[in-house]
Amino acid sequence: MSLATLLVLADGRLPAGGHAHSGGLEAQVAAGRVGDLDDLAGFLRGKLRTSGLVAAAFAAAACRRPGEWAALDDGIDARTPSPALRKASRAQGRALLRAGRAMWPLPSVGREAHQPTALGILARAGGLGPGEAAVAAAHGVITGAASAAVRLLGLDPYAVHGLIARLAPDCDRIATEAARRADEPVDDLPAAGAPLLDIGAEHHATWEVRLFAS
Amino acid sequence: MPHDHAHGGAWPRPSDNYVPHVHGPDEPPHSHPDPGVDPHQPLAGGARALRVGIGGPVGSGKTALVAALCRALGTELRLAVVTNDIYTTEDADFLLRNGVLPAERIRAVETGCCPHTAIRDDISANLDAVEELEEALGPLDLVLVESGGDNLTATFSKGLIDRQIFVVDVAGGDKVPRKGGPGVTAADLLVINKTDLAPLVGADLSVMERDAKARRGDLPTVFLSLVEDRAAGPVAEWIRELVRL
Amino acid sequence: MRAVARIVAEADGRGGTRLAVLRGESPLLPRRTGGRGGGGVTVHLVGGAAGPLRGDDLRVEVAVGAGARLTVRSVAAQLVLPGRAGLPASRLDIRAEVAGTLCWLPEPLIAAAGCDHVTNTRVDIAEGGVVLWREDLVCGRHAEPSGTVRLSTTIRYAGSTLYRHDLSVGPDGRSAAVLGDFRALGALIAVPGLAEGFAPTDRAAVMPLAGPGVLATAVGEDIREVRAVLDPLRAAERPDDARAADRPANATAAERPADARAAERQAETATCG
Repeated sequence: MSLATLLVLADGRLPAGGHAHSGGLEAQVAAGRVGDLDDLAGFLRGKLRTSGLVAAAFAAAACRRPGEWAALDDGIDARTPSPALRKASRAQGRALLRAGRAMWPLPSVGREAHQPTALGILARAGGLGPGEAAVAAAHGVITGAASAAVRLLGLDPYAVHGLIARLAPDCDRIATEAARRADEPVDDLPAAGAPLLDIGAEHHATWEVRLFAS
Repeated sequence: MPHDHAHGGAWPRPSDNYVPHVHGPDEPPHSHPDPGVDPHQPLAGGARALRVGIGGPVGSGKTALVAALCRALGTELRLAVVTNDIYTTEDADFLLRNGVLPAERIRAVETGCCPHTAIRDDISANLDAVEELEEALGPLDLVLVESGGDNLTATFSKGLIDRQIFVVDVAGGDKVPRKGGPGVTAADLLVINKTDLAPLVGADLSVMERDAKARRGDLPTVFLSLVEDRAAGPVAEWIRELVRL
Repeated sequence: MRAVARIVAEADGRGGTRLAVLRGESPLLPRRTGGRGGGGVTVHLVGGAAGPLRGDDLRVEVAVGAGARLTVRSVAAQLVLPGRAGLPASRLDIRAEVAGTLCWLPEPLIAAAGCDHVTNTRVDIAEGGVVLWREDLVCGRHAEPSGTVRLSTTIRYAGSTLYRHDLSVGPDGRSAAVLGDFRALGALIAVPGLAEGFAPTDRAAVMPLAGPGVLATAVGEDIREVRAVLDPLRAAERPDDARAADRPANATAAERPADARAAERQAETATCG
């Protein structure tokens, strides 16, 4: 396993469409539920233990189980009741595969893979293991939303990165749990839901004016 | 390094004032836009649509130019538009309201508060939009990608577009071409827009022309007033030339 | 305390429904209620003891045969209490197999401060089955912190998993990604869909699932707010004529043209008693 390869995969500058997604933050900011650093900390912790755990587990499973990508994608569909979030996940999966094809030889994949599945596919192609796929997924879930918070709320970027540093151990813990469960049947993989993320994504998709795609 | 600019090649046809020249061995090392060498990859001849990026500061008239180009070219070319305005549907609505392009030929892309990122650093959402248009509409001749309003440093990635137009307006001040920045210096076509406003804002067009020339070498610059020329004649003609190649 | 309740509904062959099995033990006591009109039967779960409490292990099994219509409700909220420290979490397993029509519309589960509870739900719907499945949760009684509750729900349709959702609430960890400051949550899963939807707000949305079916979710300061949004929703009738067959089963009302909605309203009868 190459640490540098993991950094390449987890780099926020990877051109994989992430900058246009707020991870559900824009909707909660508009609803008045996230306005300062404490709110953001709560938002990120909740996101990490719900959609972060799910994304990490499916990325790890996709890395470990190359023959089961379609089944894993169905499992993500079943865990993503919001059509807006399914669309956002598939758009990011497509973007990730586009970037991945430029970096490593990728096996042929349906263009519409969900983001965690695509991340697992890239990790495998880059010679990484399920644990690395999981930590890249969990890290991406919080850093994407944190970066959106800097842009949306004008929060102090140092304070936000301080928060990300404090969340790093949680990220590791979530990724470890996700990787440990990567061999479980699809129905038994983590399914932690986040109702406000679902509702917020649906509401957000109806706005006339929005800055982020999701 | 001594070098000879008189390289051959189909692109571009040397402009009227281009003189092939050779640098002497005593000249210090330097670089400048080489008018004899196309900095771009060759256009994918016929395999896919020509992709033209239209960038420029907020309010310089990008969307109005896109609308004018749609009016001018919409009947002769198979055309589609991707818009990156921070408001998801506002620019698309502008085009629809003006009746210049049907809704299925327009895609809007959200940029997460970073319009330059979406056209330069991470072009995936725009590439998706272009490909979706090509898949939905069949073969196209031309896709216009309109950036969200940004500053003078915002340029398009060559991974996204084949050629780019940068739009500034005289109301932004006649010193804009002198300031330069990648948009002004490197765009394939610089459009100085709203010339009808020049007397009102005290802008000197000859200063702008001279500064643009100094910044851009032989890259073309056109003056435009969409009030007087609703079909954006010189820009439309520039695009026609590219499509014909 | 360990208890099992079992309810089996079958078509009676005359356009109605009969209860082939209806049995339980305290605290899970199913009682047939209501009249016999409309072709369906209604059963209420009557709590025979306090709880669930820590250490309880409860199981409800429901089967609805093809052509049968069953509605299950409860007479009161399920108040989950702490019980004796050191015992394992209280546990409620719900298993449903549905070939006909099942409306599962219990009162909310209330997570009293200090409780520790797990509800595991698995619903298997045969092709052509109709289900309206409601789960309401209140985090703590009035002005008390929430107890710990984990809800794990799996809904399968024709052998594929349609909806897989776990939710954990507890005294800590308020997050604007999960429930924020809201204390009440309701979810309604409808297969093949709902008769009418509503436009999303920042507190509620109707979501067409990837498979056939729809999820309506609402959060609120209290359960009344959630009920005001979800209670009016009704299941769509299973399309049984050619006119209805050409629209996607999981489309919400908002996505369909007005004339299709009107035709559907006309065709609709009360699915749940």
